[in-house]
Amino acid sequence: MSTHVPAGYKWWTGGKSPYNVSYGKLMMWLFLLSDTFTFGALLISYGTIRVSQPYWPDPNHVYNAFPLMGHADLPLAFVSLMTFILIMSSVTMVLAVHEGHKRNRAGVEKWLLWTILGGFMFLGCQAWEWTHLITGSHPVLIDGVVKEIGTTISMNPFGPAVPGLMHDGHQVTVPGPIGFGSFFFGITGFHGFHVFSGVMLNILMYFWTRGGRFDRLGHYEMIEKVGLYWHFVDLVWVFVFLCFYLI
Amino acid sequence: MSNEIVIQHGVSEQEVHEHHEAHHHHETFITKYVFSQDHKMIAKQFLITGMIWAIIGGLMSVLFRLQLGYPDLQLPWLEDIFGHWAKDGKITPEFYYALGTMHGTILIFFVLTAGLTGTFANFLIPFQVGARDMASPFLNMLSYWFFVVASVILMSSLFVQTGPAAGGWTVYPPLSALGDASQGSKIGMDLWLVSLALFVVSSLLGGLNYISTILNMRTKGMTMTRMPLTVWALLFTAILGLLSFPVLFSGFILLLFDRHLGTSFYLSDIVISGTKILPNEGGSPILYQHLFWFLGHPEVYIIILPTFGLVSEVMSINARKPIFGYMAMIASMFAIALLAFLVWAHHMFVTGLNPFLGSVFVLLTLLIAVPSAIKVFNWLTTLWRGSIRFTPGMLFSIGFVSMFISGGLTGIFLGNSTLDLHLHDTYFVIAHFHIVMGVSAFMGMFAGVYHWFPKMYGRYMNNTLGYIHFWVTLVCAYVIFWPMHYEGFAGMPRRYYDYAGWESFKQFVELNRVISFAAILSFLVQLLFVFNFFYSIFKGRKVTSKNPWGANTLEWTTPIRPGHGNWPGEIPEVHRWAYDYGKDGRDFVPQTEPVGKDETSH
Ligand code: HEM
Ligand SMILES: [Cu+2]
Repeated sequence: MSTHVPAGYKWWTGGKSPYNVSYGKLMMWLFLLSDTFTFGALLISYGTIRVSQPYWPDPNHVYNAFPLMGHADLPLAFVSLMTFILIMSSVTMVLAVHEGHKRNRAGVEKWLLWTILGGFMFLGCQAWEWTHLITGSHPVLIDGVVKEIGTTISMNPFGPAVPGLMHDGHQVTVPGPIGFGSFFFGITGFHGFHVFSGVMLNILMYFWTRGGRFDRLGHYEMIEKVGLYWHFVDLVWVFVFLCFYLI
Repeated sequence: MSNEIVIQHGVSEQEVHEHHEAHHHHETFITKYVFSQDHKMIAKQFLITGMIWAIIGGLMSVLFRLQLGYPDLQLPWLEDIFGHWAKDGKITPEFYYALGTMHGTILIFFVLTAGLTGTFANFLIPFQVGARDMASPFLNMLSYWFFVVASVILMSSLFVQTGPAAGGWTVYPPLSALGDASQGSKIGMDLWLVSLALFVVSSLLGGLNYISTILNMRTKGMTMTRMPLTVWALLFTAILGLLSFPVLFSGFILLLFDRHLGTSFYLSDIVISGTKILPNEGGSPILYQHLFWFLGHPEVYIIILPTFGLVSEVMSINARKPIFGYMAMIASMFAIALLAFLVWAHHMFVTGLNPFLGSVFVLLTLLIAVPSAIKVFNWLTTLWRGSIRFTPGMLFSIGFVSMFISGGLTGIFLGNSTLDLHLHDTYFVIAHFHIVMGVSAFMGMFAGVYHWFPKMYGRYMNNTLGYIHFWVTLVCAYVIFWPMHYEGFAGMPRRYYDYAGWESFKQFVELNRVISFAAILSFLVQLLFVFNFFYSIFKGRKVTSKNPWGANTLEWTTPIRPGHGNWPGEIPEVHRWAYDYGKDGRDFVPQTEPVGKDETSH
C-alpha cells in the first residue's frame, strides 16, 4: 500500500483517509477528545467549588510525607516521584511504539513490560498516598471537642488553626472544606482508573505481541493506539498535578 | 521511508472479507438478527427498539394527561393494573411525578436520541457516503447492545418497590441526591443514573463510528461538499454528542458519589424532613445544573439536527428541485452546532445567575435564531415553485417546518431573560420545547421512516394510513400545545399534580380536558403508524425498481434488498453533488453520473 505522494495531492476527494490515518487511530483521537471533556468538566467543577470556599488547605502542608521518612516535612516530594515515574512510563511507551514501527517483536515486548511496570508503580504510589491521607489523623476541634480525624471524601482536618490550642504537641485546627477530599479522591481516583485501564490494555498488548498477532497482521498499529491513550492519561495527570498539588 | 507515506484507503475489514469470501458467507439467525454487525440491521434494531420505547413513553403521557385533564376521575382498572400506584383508581402524586420524569427521559434520550440517530446514522451514513459498512461494525454492534442494556436497566426501574426516578428528566439535586427526600430518589434514581451512564457509552461508541466513517470511508469522488445534507447533519450531531455527553457523564459520577459516598459536590446546609441536619457542606446544586445543561442544550440539537438532514433530503427529492442554499445549510448547521455549546445558561436565568452574565447568554441565545431562520428560509424556498409530490414523507417534512417555525418563535421569548423570569417553569416552556423539539423531531423522523422504508424493507408503507397519520398528528399537536402558551402566560407552573387549589387556574379546567383528549387521540393515531409499519414489512406493496423516488443519492443504486456489503460489485464513484433535480430539462441526475461537457453548473 506504500505510495509516493505527489505535491498537491488531494486528500479530501474520497476513496481515502483525509488525514492519512486509519479509522482506528481516528477513533482513538476522537475518544481522547471526548475524554478531555470528561476530565475538563471534573476539573472545572473542582475549580468552581474551590474558589467559592473561604478557606482552602495549602497542598504543601497536606502532601508532605514520604514513605519511611517518618514525620519529615518534604512538601510534594512524593508526588514528584510519582509524576516522574508516570512520565518515564510514557517514554518507555514511545520506545515500544518505535520498536513496533521496526517490527521488532522482542523490543516491543521489552518496552511494554517497562511501561506496565511504570503503570503499576504509579498505582502503588497512589495507593500509598491515599492510605496515608485517610489514616494519617490530625487534631480537629469539632463541637468543642478535639478529635483526631483523617482526610476522607467527607472529612477534612486541614482547616484554619485554632490560635493557641495544642494537642499532643500538634496544632489544633477547625475542620477544613469537605470538598477538598471529595474532589481529591474523586478526580485522582477517576484518573487512577484510567491508568489502571491503560495497564490492562498494555498487558493485553504484551500478550498479543508475544502471541505473534501483530507480526501476522503485518503492523503494530494497535500498540500505537494504546500508546496514544497512555500518553493522554499521562497528560491528564499533568493537569491533575497542577490543579491539586501546585496551585 | 523518508518521503513515502502509506495512504490509508477507505476500506473496512468488511470489504476485504467480501472480496475473499463472498461465496462462503454463512450467517446464523444470531449473527443476522441479534448480534448483527450489518449497519442496515443495526439501524432497524435501533428503530424498532425506539418504537417500543416511544409507545411506552407515550402511554405514560396519556396516563398523566388523564390526571391533568380529569383530576376527579376514578378508574378502578388503573388500580387493577398499577396497584398502590393508582389507589382508588386515581394516579397518586408519586406515580404522577414518576410518569412525567420517565416520559421525558424516555422520549428525549431513548427515542429521539438513540432511536432517531441510531436508526438514520446507521442506515444512511454508509449508504450515502458509499461505504460497505461502518468503520467498525463491531463497535457499532456494541453501541446498540449498550443501548439495550441501558434500556433494560431503565425498564427495570419501573418495577422496583419505590418506583423509578421522579425528580424530572433533569434530575436536579438536592432532590435527586438524597434518598430520604422522596420515593423517586431511592433505588430508582440509582438505576436511572446507571442506565444513563451506559447510554452515554452507547452514544459515544456510535458517535466515534459515525464521524470516522464520514471522514474516512467516503467513496471515490465523494468530496465533503458533495455529501447529502443528511450526512452533514449526522456529522454535526455526532460531534455535538462526542463533546457534550462526557460532561453529563462527569456530572452523573459526582451525583452518584453524593448519593452513596457522603461527598459534598452538590450538597450544602440541608435540613431534611424538618428535623435531620445533614453534615454536607460547601457543595453547590447549581454546579450540577451547569454540568447538566452543558449537555442538555446541545442535546436538544442532537435531537433536531438529524431531522434537519432528513427533511432537507426528503423535501428536495419530492419538490424535484435542488435544495436551496446547500452551502448556507451546512454553514448554518455549523453555526448552530457551535452556538449550542455557548448558550446553556439560558436554562438557568432564575438560579440567581449574575445578570450581566445572563445578558451575555441572552445575546448568544438569540444569535441561534439567525442560522435557524436561514434554514427555514431555505426550506421554504426549496418548496417555492417546486413540482411537489405529496407523499407522506413530504407531508411530514412540511409539517416539520411548520412546527419548527412555531416553536422557534417562542424560543425567542424565552431567550430574553426578563421574559423568562416570568415564563420559566411554566407551561409556556412545555409548549415551546414540545413543538420545536418533540413534535418537530417526530415529524422529521416520520418523514425519514416513510421515505426510506422502501430501502429498509423492499416494500412501501400504506399511503392512506400515512395521510391519516399525518393530518391527525398535525392537528392534535397544535391543539395540545398551542393553548399551553396561554396557560404559561397566566403563570401556570409545569410539573404540578393538581391545579384545583389555585383560583387563577380554574379557568383552564375545560382547556386541560381538551388538551388531554387531543393527547389521547394523537397517541392512538401513532398506533396506526405502528400498525402500518409492521403490516407493511410483511404485506406492503413491493418495490419493483431500484430507485422508486427518482433520487440522486447512492443508496438508491444498491439492489432493492441489499446484502451485507451493500453493492454486489464495485462501490460506485461519485461525480456530482446530490441535488441535481430538474436540471437542464432532466428530472434528476444521479450522483454517479459523470458531469457532461456542456452541462450548466449549479
Ligand atoms: C430560536 C431558537 C431557540 C431559543 C432562543 C430557545 C430558547 C430557550 C430557552 C431560553 C429555554 C429555557 C426556558 C426555561 O426553562 O425557562 C428553552 C427551553 C427549552 N428548549 Fe429552546 N430555544 C430555541 C430552540 C430550541 C430547539 C430547536 C430545541 C430542540 C430541538 C429546543 C429545546 C428546548 C428544550 C427541550 C427546553 C426545555 C428543557 C426543560 O426545561 O425541560 N429549543 N429554550
Ligand atoms: Cu437550551
